[in-house]
Parts: sequence; C-alpha cells; structure tokens
Amino acid sequence: MDLHLRDAAPTTEERDAVDRILGAPASGWDGGERVAERDGHLAVGGHEARARRHLLLPALHAIQARVGWLSEGALNYLSTRLTVPLAEIWGVATFYALLSTHPRPPRVLHVCDDIACRLRGAHGVRERLEREIGGPLTEAGHGQTSESMDPGERGWLPSPCLGLCDHAPAALLTVAGARPVERLIANVTPTAAVAALRGVVPDEQRSRLPQKGTAGLRLLGRVGVVDPDKLAAYRAVGGYRALERALELGPDGVIQELIASKLMGRGGAAFPTGRKWDAVAKQKAAPHYVICNADESEPGTFKDRVLMEGDPFAIVEAMTIAGHAVRAEQGYLYIRGEYPLAIRRMQQAIDQARHAGLLGPAVMGKDFRFDVEIRKGAGAYICGEETAIFNSIEGYRGEPRNKPPFPVAVGLFRKPTLVNNVETLANVLPIVLEGGAAFARIGTPESTGPKLFCLSGAVREPGVYEVPFGATLRELIALAGGVPDGRTIRAVLLGGAAGMFVPGDAPDIPLTFEGARAAGVTLGSGVVMVFDDQADLKDTVLRIAAFFRDESCGQCVPCRVGTVRQEEALHRLAARKPLGSAPQEQALLEEIGAGMKDASICGLGQTAYSAVESAVKRLKLFENGSVA
Amino acid sequence: MFGAGGGTSSYREVEETEVLFLWGANARENHPIFFHHVLKAVHRGARLYAVDPRRTTSAQWADLWLGLHVGSDIALANAMARVIIHAGLANGEFIARATTGFEEYRKCVEAYPLDRAEQLTGVPAAAIEAAALAYAKAEHAIICWTLGITEHHNAVDNVLALINLSLLTGHVGRYGSGVNPLRGQNNVQGGGDMGAIPNRLVGFQDIRSAEVRARFEAAWKVPLQPDYGYTITQMFEAMDRGDLTGLYVIGENPAQSEADQHRTRRLLEGLDHLVVQDIFLTQTAQLADVVLPAVATWCEGEGTVTNSERRVQRVRPALTPPGDARDELWILTQIARRLGHQWEEPTAQSVWEEVRTLAPEMFGGMSYERLEALGGIQWPCPDESHPGSLFLHDRLWAEPRGGPAAPFSVVEHEPPVEAPDDEYPFVLTTGRRLDSYNTGVQTMGYPSPLRRPEALDLSPEDARRMGLVEGDLVTVASRRGAVTAPVHVEPALRAGLVFMTLHNQDDVRVNLLTIDATDPRSGTAEFKACAVRVTAAEN
Repeated sequence: MDLHLRDAAPTTEERDAVDRILGAPASGWDGGERVAERDGHLAVGGHEARARRHLLLPALHAIQARVGWLSEGALNYLSTRLTVPLAEIWGVATFYALLSTHPRPPRVLHVCDDIACRLRGAHGVRERLEREIGGPLTEAGHGQTSESMDPGERGWLPSPCLGLCDHAPAALLTVAGARPVERLIANVTPTAAVAALRGVVPDEQRSRLPQKGTAGLRLLGRVGVVDPDKLAAYRAVGGYRALERALELGPDGVIQELIASKLMGRGGAAFPTGRKWDAVAKQKAAPHYVICNADESEPGTFKDRVLMEGDPFAIVEAMTIAGHAVRAEQGYLYIRGEYPLAIRRMQQAIDQARHAGLLGPAVMGKDFRFDVEIRKGAGAYICGEETAIFNSIEGYRGEPRNKPPFPVAVGLFRKPTLVNNVETLANVLPIVLEGGAAFARIGTPESTGPKLFCLSGAVREPGVYEVPFGATLRELIALAGGVPDGRTIRAVLLGGAAGMFVPGDAPDIPLTFEGARAAGVTLGSGVVMVFDDQADLKDTVLRIAAFFRDESCGQCVPCRVGTVRQEEALHRLAARKPLGSAPQEQALLEEIGAGMKDASICGLGQTAYSAVESAVKRLKLFENGSVA
Repeated sequence: MFGAGGGTSSYREVEETEVLFLWGANARENHPIFFHHVLKAVHRGARLYAVDPRRTTSAQWADLWLGLHVGSDIALANAMARVIIHAGLANGEFIARATTGFEEYRKCVEAYPLDRAEQLTGVPAAAIEAAALAYAKAEHAIICWTLGITEHHNAVDNVLALINLSLLTGHVGRYGSGVNPLRGQNNVQGGGDMGAIPNRLVGFQDIRSAEVRARFEAAWKVPLQPDYGYTITQMFEAMDRGDLTGLYVIGENPAQSEADQHRTRRLLEGLDHLVVQDIFLTQTAQLADVVLPAVATWCEGEGTVTNSERRVQRVRPALTPPGDARDELWILTQIARRLGHQWEEPTAQSVWEEVRTLAPEMFGGMSYERLEALGGIQWPCPDESHPGSLFLHDRLWAEPRGGPAAPFSVVEHEPPVEAPDDEYPFVLTTGRRLDSYNTGVQTMGYPSPLRRPEALDLSPEDARRMGLVEGDLVTVASRRGAVTAPVHVEPALRAGLVFMTLHNQDDVRVNLLTIDATDPRSGTAEFKACAVRVTAAEN
C-alpha cells in the first residue's frame, strides 16, 4: 500500500480510542511498537488488514468521541492500522458533519436550524448563543495535530434536522472525553442551550407520546407503556411470540404472509416488502445481509426514533425474523448519529437479546444463527439512501451506488442484502402474528396496514400518530389537536424536504399511496408539517434548498451543481432580484429541477426540486398575491 | 529450464490467478504497468506474497512479506519445497509425466528443514510454511521475479530454484499458473528475441548448432562463427586481459551501470577504439572516440517491441528525430557498407520479414497486418492461422507430452560472495525507485515530484545506534571505493541492511561500491549484495 503518511503521531488518547475498536496492534507494521526481531523479517497485511475497512467509521467515531476532533496524527495511525491510504480516510472523515478534521472544542452544541425548529424558536436559541458564547465554530486549523492547537472549551454549530420536531426546537450536546456524553435536548430554550454549553448535562426525556396507552395500536402499542430497558417486560406483553411463530412458519411461510399482507416499505419509496424479501431469499450468492435503515434524516421525520426509543426489542425481533426469512446470519442496524438515546436503547436490547439466546449462534435453541451490530451514522442525510448506507458501513464515503445491480442481488459487501426501514420492520410483527390476509384488511385495498405520521409545526399536539391507512389530512391534523390559537393553515409539507407542499385549502387528501398519487403528492416518510398564517414560507423554502445543497454528496454533477444553482435562483427570487424577469427565473428553476430529476443517480437529486416546485407552483410563493 | 527465454504467463492470467509471488521484484516501483495487473489480481482476491529483503512498497500490498536475508532465496525456495513434499502436496502426476530428476531434487531439499531455513533466511519458520502451503494448495499460482533473483553471483541457480517450485506443484504450462521474469523496459524481451544476446541468434536459436547456422548463412550469404560471444562481464574481463581493444556500445551506459566503477572506467579508457550509439551523450559516450546520435526508437523509430508477456507490438514514429540523429537501422547499414557489405536499403518491415523467415516457429505468423489487426501477438505464433500463445509449455500437459521433459535442478544455498564482517559490517543492496530509471540517462533530465536526492537508506535501529538523523552525511565505503551521501531513515530496512540506487551516478557513484562478482552462466554481477562500512562524514 502506498499510504503516504504524514509525520504527525497520535496522542495516547487517540491511539487508545482506535485500539478499543481495532484491538491492540499486532506488529510495528500494524502501528505498534517496532520490535526489530519480529518486524525485520515478516509482515502480515494485505486482505486481512483491509478486511477491517468496515471499522473505519466506528474508529473515527471513537476518536471524535474521545478527543472532539480528528487530528492528523490520529488519522495517520488509523491509516497504518487499516492500511487504508490517508487520502481515503480524509475523504471519509470529511464526508460526515459530526466528524471534524479541524480542531473542535470537546463540548459542542449542535443547534437544529431546520424547518420545524425554525417554526418554533430556533432562531432565538441561535441569537442568544451568538451573544453569550460567540459565533458558530469555523473550520480554521485544518490539518492540525493535537499538540499544536487549542480549540478552547466549548462551541456550537447549526445542525440540520435532529429528528426531534415533536419537541422543537432541539439541540444535540456532545462532550468528548474518556467518558463521552451525547444528549439530544428537547424543547431547548436559549437559557438551556447556554447552560448545556456551560456544563449542565440535561436528561433525555420524551414527554410527547400523544397516543400513549390508546387501545388497538399495532406499532405504537408498547411505546411509553412497556419498559424499553427490559427484555422481560417486552416478553411479558407477548414479545418474541412473532419470532416463535416465524420459526414455525419457516422462511418461505413468513415470506408468503408478507406477500399476502401487501405491506409496502415505509421509508419513502413504498416498494412491496414481501417481494423484496423473496428476492433476497432466492439469491444464490452468500452470505446474505439484513440492514435496518434507521438513518432517519428526512427533515420532519421522527417516527423511527420514537419506535427505537420506545420499543427497541420489537425492532430486534423483526430483524431476527427478517434474517431467518432471507437466510442471513448478520444484520446491521444503521442509526443516525444524532439519536444517542435510540442507540443506547437498541444496543441494550441487542445485548439482552443475545444474552437470552434470542440472537447468536442458535437463536431460540434452533439451528439458526443471527446477530445484529449497530452502525452509527455521523451526520449525513444521504446515508439513508439504500446503497449509500452500504458504502458507509463498508468504510467508504457514503455515496450512493448506481443501480442496477440492485441491493437484493449486490448490496452490502457486494452480497445480497435486505434493506428495510424501521417502521417497515415494525409491521412485520403483526403480520406474522395476525397473518398477512388479516393485515391486508386493515387500511385500503391498495394501502394496507397501519401507518405512522409525524406531525409537527403548527399543531397543538405534535408527535407520531398511528392511523390505519385511509385517514385524510384533515382528520390527521384534527387528531393532533388542530392548529392552535385560532390560526388558519397556510400550507402543509407532506413527505419532508423531499416531499411537497399542499395549500391549506386542500386538506381532504386521503393519506394513502393511491390518494397521494391522485393528488400529485407523496407520503414519503410520513411527514405532515403544518404551516399557519404566520409562518415564513420563503424562509422555509430557502432552508430546504440550503439543506439539499449541503447534503448533496457531490458525486454526480446534476445534483452537485443543480442544488447550488437552485438555491441561488431562490435567493434571487426571494430578494426580488431575478435574472431577467421573475417568470424567466422560474423557468430556469424548472429547467434545473428537471435536470436534477432526470439525471441524478439517487433520490436526493431526484427529489431536491420537488418541495421547491410545489411551493412555486401550488403556493405561488414568488408571485404577487401569492398565498404566502 | 524450458528453452526459450520468456515469461510463461499473460497479464490476463496474472489478473486471474489465486496466488502471486513477487520474488526479488519490487514491481510497484520498477514495473509499475505490470503492477496494475497485479493490483487487479489483488482486488479480485488473489493472495500476494512478497519475498524481498526490504519491505518495499510492493511488499506493503502483500498478504505476507517474507523479509529474507539478501541472497538466501535458494534456502527459502528449497525449504518451501520440502514443506510441500512433506505435506503430500507435490503434484506426483505432473512430476512423473513432465519432469526428470525429482529424486535428486527431493534429496537436496530434504536438507532444508524449517529450522535451518529460518536460520539461513531469517524468516520465521511458520511464515515459510504458510507461503509454501498457499502456493501448493492454490489451483493457480504464479511466481514473478526480477533483479532480486538475477543480480547475484548465483543468478541462474536462483532462477532454477523458483522453476523447481513450479515443477513440483505443476504450476506451469497451465492457464493461470506460470513463472515469469519481469522485464524492465518495453523491449528487453524483444532484444533477446532478436538475438541481441551473446549465445543465441534470432528466436533464441543456439549459434553452436550447425543446423541453425546453416539456416542463417543461407539467408545472409556469409559464414557465421560458431562460438558463443562474450557477456558484458566477460567483455570487461577480456579488456582487462588485453584481448578486447575495440567496443561498439548501443544504448548502454556501462561507465555507470557496471559494478566496480573504478575498474570499469579504467578499462573503457584503455580501449583502442570506443564507439557509442545513443540518444544522449552519456558518461560512456563522453569517453568515446566516435559518438553516433541515434533516434529514440519508442517515439521516432519504426519496428516492433516485445513486452513481458511475449507480445510483439508495432511501433511507429510519432516525432521527427532532432538534428543529425539517425535511425539505428540506417546507421548499421552504413557501418556494414564501410565494412564492405553492400546491404540493400533495409526497412523495419523488410528486416521483420527476414525475422519471420529465419525464426518461423516463433514469429512466422506475425505479419505487420496481423500485428496491427490483433493489437500485437504473443509468441510463439508459427503461421498466419495461429492466434498466438497465451501461455507457454502447455506441451508439458499434452497427451502424450510434447518435447523433452523439464528437468528439476539440484541447487544449494550459497551466500553472497562478500559477507559482512567487523570492517564492513553492513550489507548494501541496490535497486531502483519509481521516479527514475537505471543510471538516470533517461530520467534525470526532467524533474519528478517524487524524486529525492540520492541517499543511503538506513534502518531506524542503525540510525539510532549510530546517532544519525535524516539528512546527515555519511561515507559509505566498500573494499572497492567510497561515496558520500545523506542518510534517509527507512523503516523498510532492518538493522545491518542498507540500500542505495544507481539512479544518480553523476552525484553518488554507487557502483564504485558494488562487487564485480558475476554468475559465470548469465554474466550478471552481484549488484544486490556487497559489504560496506558506514561512517559519519566530515562536513
């Protein structure tokens, strides 16, 4: 390998952080102390060393959590340990927002700056921080070593959606050190934000579970009711009966039930889940993998967080059923790094399940091996894309891959892989228990089963709501208590940043796949964000454009360039300084949007124009007399 | 050995094999194009084993680096053979049908048990065993070597030791298995093909054979002398004896490339007449009585070249040569004329047509049209319906076997001629770097971002012991001469081993140090091992 290392050496802390992930180095060539007698005549490396590449991101996380940023010496050490060139490690490290290759103080507050939090006071938090702490952290001091730079004690950064829109405004506190701290702070006030930076470590509490205790819920039934910390509590209410049943049914039986259920994926793409499982199960190449996609990063989406925080064993159980059905032995749960409580609870659930023989070499005493490993994202929206998630787990930049080949055939580590969203997997349990046919009777003929919606913005009771498919937008908003203070709805954003706005006078859209299709909208990940007559929709649209510009991985030109040009055009329109006339500017936007939609390789670029387009065309945002 | 001198495998096979040995070959730096094929193999999952005293950049890619003592290759190969035989992994069927001399070979390698091999090579026994088993168990395996094997006083034995391994396991003559010397330039192979070696005519035909000579005499209408010519080393010995007084050098720079440079220069200067034909005014050319400026054949000349996989390819001029530079063929024709031979005006193509007639078994099917249409053809290619040969020696597997059996060779470990001692405690091994080529004639004329000044590479252990840091000037002295160079602390080396290149002979004349101990059969000098002393230089 041509590692082209730099001169910087790792500190003891950095070395220790890496060794905790990779184990102690085996030789001087492996980054350990050079022992002349041992290392002078022998080096082991090659495939064996490079096969640990998938530990790159966990190791980067470990350094970041220990020191607060990734120094040149630390990256050098990692490069030696993994025999991955420094330039590639740099490429990965700089891909993720939560990792920093420039000096960062150990205590950092990531303040959500995204659409839902903007509606609920994020700006005030920001102003207070600027006044009392100073401006946001900058990227000075690139390529520094740990010894040569003192980044200070504390600082803050604006952050994209933290998935806490039901508790907006939100912030994420990270404190690096030997015992690192990560806390997602709900309903953060300016005072609480300053206090968190000055040393207060708030508890993680989730107060908003509006349907808690409601009878008949299939997905949220245990959330807020059953102790998420204890396997025994989960089993006491029937947990793991679905896995028992699945083992009786056998892989083909489970897949038949799933096909009969007509379950569609809940991550946003709405692909028939049974067909996906069937396709993976039938692949000849081995091994097969299961990935639970918990990189929930679509602005306005928080349902998966609520499920993982509130019902973690159900997700482990559902993954185990999936592993059994598609003949996989290894599952990965990829959770976004901004969800520390979900990560803690899921890890605890996995550990307890393993201890109880519900994961491991003989699940439930049967000839069935399955285990789950958590992989923590590091702040990259794109990693929720089903092929980007493979690259991220494998230790590469989380850039999407071209399709075909499709993940069911060539996925993680180039092997057949089942990727399912958290909510999708949660539906597997009632399907196995009640039968696919019974499940298919819930909802409408084309949209079966229950569905979670994330209500946020101008509603009295924001939160996750479970309804059978078929409810209209109006009914759902009513369920969340309607718009407060007698205001009126100006617009609703369906599906998140990648979704679409509908005007406030069109609330009777049935929230089913077919209803959405007929209305020319998308359900996406179930975002229902309500904007009242006081909301600044131009600000929201500009924020959405900035979000896509920021989160574009930059791999393909239409998206990399298009998201920038789109944002520029919107700024000109908002400032009433169009290139040519406003209609000409809108025509330009239309052209950029079409380019991104037609020519981007993944969903990010393909949908980066959709919310903007709906704001321009349906809300007539930039026209005189517009509803905004 | 098998006969004609060429690598047995194609690049494609290298890419598709399971186990690859780079033995005494730092292909990453010295055969960078070939190394792309190696990397394709690695990325497909092939296991790479690097056998080299230094942990080179090639070795850094390897699954296992076996850092043997300089010149202990035969001990390593023989010990591997013993492991293979004892593990029952020798390919008995192939040995019986295609080889001779196995019993003697078996007895020979029996004397190389792992503990002795570990002591002779320095490589841990377990690693030797692992490498041997990997090689023998692979369905396909290829050994590649270069100067780390051949720049030794026992070069031929070293090569034979590797070929023995291929015979023992049947890793030759099949798709994906073979033995390959890597060639250091685009046309090293072609030079041999065309008879630019002292003992063979075109197509590796033995000049001692009356039948061969008759074929050429009939075509050339002149009688041919029947003896082997001198190797370059023998030439210098002949100069030393006063038997050789005139020298015509084409595209070589012996004043800097030969070992023991003081002696080389003295001998060149003592010649009655020295003619140098080159594209640069080399150090050798500066000693010459006559210099003939030639064209750069790769961009200004017409003809063919043969690469490491025996692929003959067409070359066409892209540039008009500068000044008085003349096509080599024209120069040779003029000299022939002055010597009384009225050659007609030959062209590259007419010479090639003659080659096809005189060595039809190898080149008969390679018309210029076919070479062009097929993007080159791999020899042997006897007739125009023949597609060329992907790999050599499938005859060994044919039923019945074609041609003679391949003999095992009994070869024994022999350390380098100069062992380190109290006076000269270091082993100096020489080599090349990615950014430069041989004596630098072709590369020192332009800058490279990778190039650093010539230095003595020294292990961190020795540097620490001697109190030297990067850039300190040291004097490196052997029994033949001394040079001064800065120190480069290099973790690829272990204590006792130092490394230099011959790239920048104008500044650091490394070949003042090297030993003129040569293999009598191949004529190559032991550039890879001599004993030196390193002392801090007075500034």
